[in-house]
Amino acid sequence: MDSVSLVAMASIIGAGLAMGIGSIGPGLGMGQAIAQALAAIAQQPDERNSLTRTLFVGLAMIESIAIYCFVISMILIFANPFWVHVIK
Amino acid sequence: MEVVSLNQISPDQVILWSWGFMSLNVTILYTWLVMGILVIGSWLITRNLSSGMNVSRWQHFLEVIISTIRGEISEMTKKGADHYVPLVGTLFLFICTSNVLVIVPGFVAPTSSITTTAALAACVFIAVPFYGISRVGILNYVKEYFQPTFIFFPFHVMGELSRTLALTVRLFGNIMSHEKVIGILLAVTPFLFPVVMQILGLLIGVIQAYIFAILSMVYIASALSAEDDVHEELKKEGSPA
Repeated sequence: MDSVSLVAMASIIGAGLAMGIGSIGPGLGMGQAIAQALAAIAQQPDERNSLTRTLFVGLAMIESIAIYCFVISMILIFANPFWVHVIK
Repeated sequence: MEVVSLNQISPDQVILWSWGFMSLNVTILYTWLVMGILVIGSWLITRNLSSGMNVSRWQHFLEVIISTIRGEISEMTKKGADHYVPLVGTLFLFICTSNVLVIVPGFVAPTSSITTTAALAACVFIAVPFYGISRVGILNYVKEYFQPTFIFFPFHVMGELSRTLALTVRLFGNIMSHEKVIGILLAVTPFLFPVVMQILGLLIGVIQAYIFAILSMVYIASALSAEDDVHEELKKEGSPA
């Protein structure tokens, strides 16, 4: 197997693995956060505004981890830096 | 019509016109388009403002937007919102407009390019010390970096840098990922399913604009937290006498 197809295979598999494994943690975390926020809103409906805002900020923080994984996999597929070394 | 093809990660790569070292890419074109819509629209509406019974419906529209933004910000800072409405409101309106205009065929959201989002995050990065220093003074602001001890100085700096990176990548990743997902779905299951994803994309675009504005407000408010400490110290010093 020549190095071009090796790099292509490694980047495609790596992109899939990065996305798949990387979204497990944020998925669990966001589920926990939303469950807790819903319980809190059910207990104190008056505080809904500030709870929702804090929930959104927290979700954005958690979500950014999954977004990092996504950007890494996009870089591997669309803008792979190792192609430059192989196709020369 | 597809402006940005599927194997291009950023609209920066689509160059419409170039002359010498200058080149006009899709991002710049649509950024100026969004800016033009916002500026000319606001200018047209605010040209003849009226107070009283006869208020035009467009003036109502702008007043609702501005008062909502002010309300949100003043709830967060617990103080006046007037200092922060220009920056945070502009960020929200720009991102929201460029994300919502995606439903127009041929329009590419400028926020799907990492250069735009990096520029917006850099604005927040500069605005945080600006507001902090203008409210608490440079000494008190710098003192915050050495809390609780001087060992924490590099961690504070790293936190500032990494949250700017997070702001950049979050907005870019969300908007760009939706473009790519819709592009892939168009190839796999045309007609109905991409439309549903497009609607979801509108919702996500508005939420991301809200999150960007709220996060930048949180960062600015965290720089202002030193102000309360200063007042408490003044009170403590003042109380025995």
